Amino acid sequence: MQNDDVIWDIIRHHHCSYMAKIQTGNFCRNPYNVTGICNRSSCPLANSRYATIRDHDGIFYLYMKTIERAHMPNKLWERVKLPKNYMKALEIIDKHLEYWPKLLVHKIKQRLTKMTQYRIRMVKLSKKVREKIMTVPRKEVKRESRREEKALRAAQIENVIEKELLERLNKGVYPDICNYDEEIFNKLLDKNKEEEQEEEEEEAEVEYVEGDYELEEELEDDIEDMGDFLKANNFDDIEGDEDDLEEQPTRKKVKKASVSYPLKQDDGTEKVRRKDKKVIVEVERDEDIGNRQHNVM
Amino acid sequence: MAKEKKRKAAEEAVDGDDYIEREDKNPKKQKLILASQIKNKEKRSAVYAKLKHEKRVEKRKKIKARDAASKQALELGEEPPEKMVPRTIENTRELDETVCRPDDEELFAGNDADEFSAVLKQQTAPKVLITTCRFNSSRGPAFIKELLSVIPNAQYYKRGTYELKKIVEYAKNKEFTSIIVVHTNRREPDALLLIGLPDGPTAHFRLSNLVLRKDIKNHGNPTSHEPELVLNNFTTRLGHRVGRMIQSLFPQVPNFRGRRVVTFHNQRDFIFFRHHRYVFEVKEKKEGLKDKKSKASQGKTEKKAIARLQECGPRFTLKLVSLQHGTFDTKGGEFEWVHKADMDTSRRRFFI
Repeated sequence: MQNDDVIWDIIRHHHCSYMAKIQTGNFCRNPYNVTGICNRSSCPLANSRYATIRDHDGIFYLYMKTIERAHMPNKLWERVKLPKNYMKALEIIDKHLEYWPKLLVHKIKQRLTKMTQYRIRMVKLSKKVREKIMTVPRKEVKRESRREEKALRAAQIENVIEKELLERLNKGVYPDICNYDEEIFNKLLDKNKEEEQEEEEEEAEVEYVEGDYELEEELEDDIEDMGDFLKANNFDDIEGDEDDLEEQPTRKKVKKASVSYPLKQDDGTEKVRRKDKKVIVEVERDEDIGNRQHNVM
Repeated sequence: MAKEKKRKAAEEAVDGDDYIEREDKNPKKQKLILASQIKNKEKRSAVYAKLKHEKRVEKRKKIKARDAASKQALELGEEPPEKMVPRTIENTRELDETVCRPDDEELFAGNDADEFSAVLKQQTAPKVLITTCRFNSSRGPAFIKELLSVIPNAQYYKRGTYELKKIVEYAKNKEFTSIIVVHTNRREPDALLLIGLPDGPTAHFRLSNLVLRKDIKNHGNPTSHEPELVLNNFTTRLGHRVGRMIQSLFPQVPNFRGRRVVTFHNQRDFIFFRHHRYVFEVKEKKEGLKDKKSKASQGKTEKKAIARLQECGPRFTLKLVSLQHGTFDTKGGEFEWVHKADMDTSRRRFFI
């Protein structure tokens, strides 16, 4: 026994669980509602002949309910799949709802328009690339900042840089530094020359000393291994320099043919270093890969 | 019951703790109690102070003995006893099998074939494009201005709303060698994306502790000479790759006259960036001042060369979050290395 007015009376004046009252008006949360507003003509419970459009996975379906099936709630809503084409969907709606009240048909067509528009917008948006916000748990943030502080203290950056620069100076990478006392510089270089070996062979294609990363670290760690390696390969001359040379080939040194620097002269004698100084392996590479030489100086 | 607990605790504990021995009437039963178990505050603090004093005295004795032994050995001409090396995290770092060895041929072959070899072999000059994320504010522009002064041959382009992949294409057409994207979060530069071109890897770094030039005391102003590069402690394979990537940002022929040095120092997976101007000086150091007993004044002045640094330019730290093969493509790209939470479980394990 379906009396729409009675139903509406009860729903409106007592309680409808689908109704949501907000400042601007009453809205209906019922998924089968066409407009979404709580109205006598829009309430799916209080109208025995009703139709909506619902969206499932991007496909629109027309749902209809008639009074003939009011006693079978399971089979109440009949659905028709609507094509993606807007005009064709309109035609199908017209066909199915031919003798229905005009107001309802009008509202349904409005709803169809709105849904097609937002479907287009969703597709466009999903194609666009959007930034995803990733959150980092606070524990990790704090942990990282703590570790960073300790690492900074352990790094002693300024000292390391100064040492590195001095090593490069001693190595002779800088051909024309002009802010030093010449005689002291020369004296220092002479002193270093006694201790080190120059690179006679490599004058033409000497490498550019870049601050050395893996080799320096590695060699300072495995001095013993290095010693064995050298013995195994039977190298005569060992150079004991703190610094490493980069094994990047073909980087040309900024080299001038300057006479005033005694560093660049050839020194015939080659000494074997004492064991307590650090041993480095300067690995040289030629142009062609096949001809790789390991020169230890 | 409480006394039994105390006794048990005392028995279990080690000598190094703050125990005081209390002679009982029965000398066999010597109760050891923790200093912290005395309820009276004055007495407790007095006992604790005494304990600390004792410990300090012992430590000083040990140090003195060590110094005396080494001095004696030196005087006698023998080798001094081994100096004790403190245990640090770097000393006790977990053994990493990806650490580069100098005799690694594979490494050199890899270096040849990798994406940076063109720039590093000076076949192409580096050209860097700097841009930001979509919404840039506050410290971002200042940081970018300073970056422009640090990296020679760098250009800044405003972001607009272009997709990053489009920007990569645009840069490829204009023959850039790398792109730097500075990402801002909460009005602070937060992340750095380094994209090598043409199909170089993409490195995503987290930026922290940024200090701009104007906030550094006694800062210097950088010139436009090409800087020297110092890359420290990039030991593993991954570190080597990252190091080469950073190297490819800078021109390979530095201008030594400019005396500018840019440092990327890796310590425990944090890469610290510093930018200095340096100067070599001669410092006179008088020898023999330590030996107070010698009557003859040793007027030996030894001259040592030292380097002095003046910091200029920004200071920040980077931490690698991910390294992706190929240009920027988070969905489809192949990641060479990604930071995962369970990599942080060991305090002695580092990856760069």
